[in-house]
Amino acid sequence: MGNEILKAPIGVTGAANQDVFSETLQELAATDRNIVVVTSDSRGSGKLVPFGKKYPAQIVEVGIAEQNLVGMAAGLASAGKKVFAVSPACFLTARALEQIKNDVAYSNNPVKLIGISAGVSYGALGSTHHSLHDFAVLRAIHNIRIVVPADSFETIQAVQQVAASEQPYYLRFGKKPMPLLDERGETTFQIGKGRVVRRGSDVAIIANGETVYPALQAARKLSAENGIEATVVSMHTIKPLDEKLLSELAVECKAILTVEEHSVNGGLGEACASWLLKNRYHKPFDILGIPDEYTVTGSQVEILSHYGISEIGIASRVKTLNTLT
Amino acid sequence: MNLEVKSTEYRRNILKYIYKAKAGHTGGSLSCIDILNVLYNEVLNVSPETFTSPDRDRYIQSKGHCVEALFVVLADKGFFPESDLETLCKYQSHYIGHPTRKVNGVEQNTGALGHGLPMSAGVALAAKMDNRDYRVFTLMGDGELPEGSNWEAALTATHYKLDNLCAIVDLNGLQITGPTKDVCNTEPLDKKFESFGWAVRHVDGNDVVALKEVFDALPFEKEKPSVIIAHTVKGKGVSFMENELKWHHGVPTEEQYKIAMQELSPAP
Ligand SMILES: Cc1ncc(C[n+]2csc(CCOP(=O)(O)OP(=O)(O)O)c2C)c(N)n1
Repeated sequence: MGNEILKAPIGVTGAANQDVFSETLQELAATDRNIVVVTSDSRGSGKLVPFGKKYPAQIVEVGIAEQNLVGMAAGLASAGKKVFAVSPACFLTARALEQIKNDVAYSNNPVKLIGISAGVSYGALGSTHHSLHDFAVLRAIHNIRIVVPADSFETIQAVQQVAASEQPYYLRFGKKPMPLLDERGETTFQIGKGRVVRRGSDVAIIANGETVYPALQAARKLSAENGIEATVVSMHTIKPLDEKLLSELAVECKAILTVEEHSVNGGLGEACASWLLKNRYHKPFDILGIPDEYTVTGSQVEILSHYGISEIGIASRVKTLNTLT
Repeated sequence: MNLEVKSTEYRRNILKYIYKAKAGHTGGSLSCIDILNVLYNEVLNVSPETFTSPDRDRYIQSKGHCVEALFVVLADKGFFPESDLETLCKYQSHYIGHPTRKVNGVEQNTGALGHGLPMSAGVALAAKMDNRDYRVFTLMGDGELPEGSNWEAALTATHYKLDNLCAIVDLNGLQITGPTKDVCNTEPLDKKFESFGWAVRHVDGNDVVALKEVFDALPFEKEKPSVIIAHTVKGKGVSFMENELKWHHGVPTEEQYKIAMQELSPAP
């Protein structure tokens, strides 16, 4: 039997991670007048309207100008402000990539970049609004940490920890309400350390963000229907990657599947693959993500289901991998 | 058909398909529809038959989120059957929430703001290189003007004397967060464009007759790009949507839809 470490309630939905982010930030701002939020006509989507009303002196609006958003944020941070630059992940990490690379990472200004409505959250608004490239481009930039919380617990912890840090970060949030993975009030969360949600010795499923929950559902289904026991990990930090945990999983499990709401190119999967191969772990391995093609159109759920990033899709990919062990 | 009657028909269709899809950019589509009406029915030298001709006029919608306005006009001009719009925003439909070239009649994929003007300047420059006399039009929101790419392109367009380029600013005064002047003030806009070397005209952007006149006067000056600052009302035509922030991407309830359609009844 698989060992359920965290009890995600089936079918119960909690708050959207990006909403939890804005609430947490509001709490932090109450005692820290140095916290400044910068927005680019994005405070509505970022659920920061209450923040703006409560702390009007701690919010800076730059208009629809993401490059300016990141450049300004870097300047504010260099002058001692604790800056959260909030904009849809698609525009923030594509339009303003050079500002991220030079003004934030290279110049080492400790801006917290907050990518909201990430992945394919925007559904039928199409590819201009999807961020399937952000892990890939940011992984290739030195001096920026990439964190993708799965539920409200991870979100609160991540926001508190990055607020206290003097390093540049990218936090990525979706807008779908996510169940809490642990009903019992877990207390340990550390950036850079993957969170084991379930233990099983057949296959390891390494996921992040909104894909952790369907991965956990898939693991339960596999246990009940196929006798396959899966470990499920919320690998919330892609960079720095938890190499210690990876090597443990490679030893304990017979196969590894990664799952992400990102292109199969350059994301969580390839980060894991590269490390495993370089360290001579040769196991059946697969990457589940959005393939390199013109993305199918539809809502977030329709797009994810189309590509098998769902309870059923993940379970079926695990079964295929399991036959190779 | 009379242009005003067309505008009403288009407004009804915008609401019809947004209501069906349960998604869309209602306010901004209603503010710019008179501009699209006059462009496609009176100004642009483009039709389904000539769409692949290198000499056709180009229209690139920079404020791509108001795709519903574009789709209803393209359907009316015969680029595709109107019934295609029944699939708006549905799984595997190419009629999504922004313009894409998978839809016949769409010139460029837009949706990220601040891309229309640079691309249009490129197409206009190609006309000059090839000695073709087509013209290029792009429609921008007033909220998208702070994107720096617009001003980079504004400089290039002047530098290359692109008098075959016309930018139209749908100045409806609102964006998502609030009034444009409170979010990031771009006034005096005419002075800004003038100082960048553009020829500027103001127009009532919801007055089809005035719009036709101003388009007929293009180019406003030889060897200069032209910009039309179109003063419009966001949500124009439906009393409770006019100048109301929430209708940026608000979708009407059944009740609201009925009232709106009554207000937009065709003239007797
Ligand atoms: C680069 C970019 N940033 C942000 C957005 C999100 N967005 C879509 S519409 C909009 C407001 C646009 O306001 P405006 O240009 O005034 O359009 P209108 O009022 O005519 O609808 C924003 C911020 C976007 N589509 N592209």
